[in-house]
Amino acid sequence: MGSESGAPLLEVREVTKSFGAVAAVQGVSFELYGGEAHALLGENGAGKSTIVKMLAGVHRPDSGDVVVEGAPQTFAGPADARDAGISIIYQEPSLFPDLSVAENIFVGRLPLLAGRRLDRAGMVRRSTEIFARLGVALDPTRPARGLSVADQQLVEIAKALSLNAKVLVMDEPTAALTNVEVDRLFEVIATLRRGGAAVLFISHRLEEVFASCQRVTIMRDGRLVRTATIDEVTVEDIIRSMVGRDLEQLFPKTETTPREVVLDVQGLSSEGVFVDVDLQVRAGEIVALAGLVGAGRTEVARAVFGIDRRTAGTVRLLGKELPNGRPRKAMAAGMALVPEDRRQQGLVMDMPIDQNVALASLNELSRVGLILRSRETRLATEWARRLQLKFGRMRGPVSTLSGGNQQKVVLGKWLARAPRLLIIDEPTRGIDVGTKAEVHRILDELVAGGMAVLMISSELPEVLGMADRVLVLCEGRVTGDFTRAEADEDSIMRAAAGLSATGAA
Amino acid sequence: MSSETVVRPSDATAPDGSRSGRSGRLRGLLRWETGLLVLLVLVVVFGASTSSDFLTRSTLFYLGINIGYVAIMALPMTLVIMTGEIDLSVASMLGLSGSTVGLLWHHGWSMWPAMGVALLVGLVGGALNGLLVAKVGLPSIAVTIGSLALFRGIAEIMLGSLVVPGLGDRQFPAGLTSIGVSPVVGTPLAWGFVVFLVLALVCGVLLHMTPLGRSLVAMGLQPEAAQFAGIRVALIKFWLYVATGVLSAFAGIIYTLQVSSVSYNAGTGLELNVVAIVLFGGVSIFGGRGTLPGVVLAVLILGSLQMALTQRQVDPNVQNVVTGVLLLLSVVVPSGGEALRRLRARSRHPRKNRPSTAQPTSSPA
Repeated sequence: MGSESGAPLLEVREVTKSFGAVAAVQGVSFELYGGEAHALLGENGAGKSTIVKMLAGVHRPDSGDVVVEGAPQTFAGPADARDAGISIIYQEPSLFPDLSVAENIFVGRLPLLAGRRLDRAGMVRRSTEIFARLGVALDPTRPARGLSVADQQLVEIAKALSLNAKVLVMDEPTAALTNVEVDRLFEVIATLRRGGAAVLFISHRLEEVFASCQRVTIMRDGRLVRTATIDEVTVEDIIRSMVGRDLEQLFPKTETTPREVVLDVQGLSSEGVFVDVDLQVRAGEIVALAGLVGAGRTEVARAVFGIDRRTAGTVRLLGKELPNGRPRKAMAAGMALVPEDRRQQGLVMDMPIDQNVALASLNELSRVGLILRSRETRLATEWARRLQLKFGRMRGPVSTLSGGNQQKVVLGKWLARAPRLLIIDEPTRGIDVGTKAEVHRILDELVAGGMAVLMISSELPEVLGMADRVLVLCEGRVTGDFTRAEADEDSIMRAAAGLSATGAA
Repeated sequence: MSSETVVRPSDATAPDGSRSGRSGRLRGLLRWETGLLVLLVLVVVFGASTSSDFLTRSTLFYLGINIGYVAIMALPMTLVIMTGEIDLSVASMLGLSGSTVGLLWHHGWSMWPAMGVALLVGLVGGALNGLLVAKVGLPSIAVTIGSLALFRGIAEIMLGSLVVPGLGDRQFPAGLTSIGVSPVVGTPLAWGFVVFLVLALVCGVLLHMTPLGRSLVAMGLQPEAAQFAGIRVALIKFWLYVATGVLSAFAGIIYTLQVSSVSYNAGTGLELNVVAIVLFGGVSIFGGRGTLPGVVLAVLILGSLQMALTQRQVDPNVQNVVTGVLLLLSVVVPSGGEALRRLRARSRHPRKNRPSTAQPTSSPA
C-alpha cells in the first residue's frame, strides 16, 4: 500500500446497471491505486461480473462513471476499454490454438516489416522480454494449443502488458489452477504491482485473497458493503459481509454409520489414464476422491458412470454388474453423476430450468410416450423448493441463473431420479460461499438418508470436512486410502504427490 | 464433435445474457412462425389476385404434386438439423430409389417388390451415412456430400441413359401412377401431399411432445450435456439418418409414380431446396431451435408461391430467382435485425480514435 501515491488509477463512481427489472449493480464506488492488488468479493449474483463487464466495455453503466486516471470514460466496446489501459484476464482465456504464443500476444496488431512481411523475430524478442519481466519461462514460438489454463492466462497477461495495460482485472483466475500454478500467478501479480499496475482480483477462495491482496471490496445484492484494507478484516468478517449473516457451520457433517456396499469397483483401468482402481462406497457415507488436477479422478468417475469405456475391471452397483460404456444402464441401476463442467456437461444452458431438471427423467414423466408438461413443471417446482433455488421464471433459460443456482438445478435433475449412488465432481467449484454451505448441507442430508456419495474435490478443506473416507489418486493409481480420522492435509498431499504408500489398500 | 468451433447464435446474440434478452429471443421465435403465417396469407392473396384459377381444387392438387415429395424429405431433415447435423444426400437417394424401381421393372419385376427393394436401398444408404456420422464421428456435411455423389453415381451406373419405361418396357401399373393425376378420394389433395401431412403430424408430435424430441433439442443445443443426461446421442443420430434414407427413398417412389417414368438424374439438386425449406421454416442450422409447424408453413408458402407464379406464366428461371430471394431473406432478416441493432448502438456511441490498435507497433514499455 505504500505505493498508493495520490490519485487512483481507476475509479468506479456510483455506477448503476439494470437488466430489465433486475438491478444488477446499484450505486457502487471504489478506487484502484497503482501498485495494489485489490480483491472484489461477493456471492454469485452480487454484481461482480457486471462490474467486470462494465470495466471491460461490454456493458455501459446506466448511471455513474468509470474514471481512468481522472478522466471519465465512455466505452463503446471492449476495444475502447483496452485502449484506456484496462485488460481483463478471464478464467478460461480464449487463445487461437494454431497461432504461436507470440502471435497470440500480438494478434490484431502484428508487427510488420517492409513488404508486409510478419516481423516474427521482433515478436518473439518482445514476447521473451515480457515473459522475463514476469519471471516466467514460456516459449514464445510454441503453438498455443496444449498450453495449460495457467499458461494461457500468462499469455493473456503478457498481452495486457504489451498493450501497456495499467489495470488488470482477473476474473476468478485461480478456479482451474493447481496450487503450484496459483503460487506462480501470485508472484506474477506481485511483479505487476511492483511495476505500478493495479490488479483487481476476483476469487471465491478467501485464503488466496489474504495471500495476495492489500485491500478488499465486498458486494452484496448489487450494492457495496465495504472497502477495507486486508489487515482490518478476518475471514469471518468477509463471509458475514458477503452473506449478510453468520454461517453456522462451514461443514455440517453428521456422523453416520455406513451400511451395505452400494458401489463396488474392482480393477478399473483405462489405458493410459488410470490403472487398477479399486473402490467401494457404502450407503450412508461420503467417499472423497482426492488428488491433483490431472490425476485421473474425473476420468474414473466417467468410466464408472459409462460416459467413457473402461479397458478392464468391473463396476457393480448393489451387486449388479454394469455393462461397459452405458450411462443409461448405470442410471437405471440407480447411479447419478453430477459432472465437473456445469455449463458444458451438467446443463443445456439455453433450455428452460424445468426442462433441465426433467432431462434425466423424461420417460418417467411421460404417459403413452408423451411428456406431460404439467408433471414436468411440478417436478421442477418441487425440487426448486427443496433445494431453495432462486430463480425468476421456471420456463426461463437456465443460463439466467447464478452459478450456485445452476449447480442446484443439476443436483435437482439427478436427485429427482432418487439415485442410490451420487457421484459428484467438484461439487462447489465456482460457487459462492453461501451456496457452497447449502450444497454441503444437502450432501450431508442425502448421506444421512442412506445415499452413497462419491465426491471428487480439489479443495482439501472440503475433502477433510465432508468425507468419511478419502481415496487419493496420483497419476492414475490409488496412492492413499484414509478414514476420516486418519485423513489430514499432510497425509493427503503426500499421497497425492505419490510420496508415501501409507494406508494404501 | 463440432461443438468447440461452432459459434452458436446464442453466444453471438444477447451478450448481456440478461433475462430480457433471452425472452426477447423467445418472442422473436414466436414471431417467426407468425411472420410465416402472414406471408402465407399474402401469397394466397397475391395468387388469387393474379389468376381466377388460383383458389380452386386443382391448384391445391398440383401444389401437392409439385412440392409433396420434396416436403416429405424436409421432415426427417428437420429432425437431423435440430441435432446440429445435416444430410445432403437426400435428393441423390430419391434418384437412387427411383432408379432401383426402374431397373427392377426393366428386368421384369412387378411393382410392389421393386418398391420394397427401393425402400431397403434407402435403409442401407441411410445406415451408411449414420454409421459414418454417428459411430465414426465424421462431420455430417462431408460424409453426406460424399454419399450425395455416391448414390447418384450408383444410380447412373444402374440406369445409364435408360429412361424406364422405355421402348419395349411395360408401362407402370396404372393403379399406382394414378397418384400423379387424381387426388385422394374425397379430397382435392395429392397422395404425396397427404402422406406429407400425416408424416408432419407424426414428426411434430415426436419433436415437440416426446422424450425423443426433447433429446433431439438437447443434442442440438449441447451434445455433451445430452450425453451426460443419459441420452444415447450416437444411437439416435444413427437412426435419424436411417429414417432420412428410408423417407427419401419413399419420396423417390412417389416421384417416380407421379411422373410414371424414371431416369437416373431425377431430383438432381433438390437437396438444397429441402434444406432451404427447413431453414426458411425457422430451424437453426446450428441445431436445437425451430418448430415443425414452421417447416409446414414454409412448405405451404413455397408451394403456393410456385403455383401463383406458374399460373401467371412466369418463366421458371425467374421463379427460381424469386424463391431464392425469399430464402435469402429468411436468413438475412433475423440476423439483419441484429446487425441493425449493432449499427444503431454504434452510431449512438461514436467510437473514439483508436491509434494504438490500428498501428502495428506499440512496443512494450
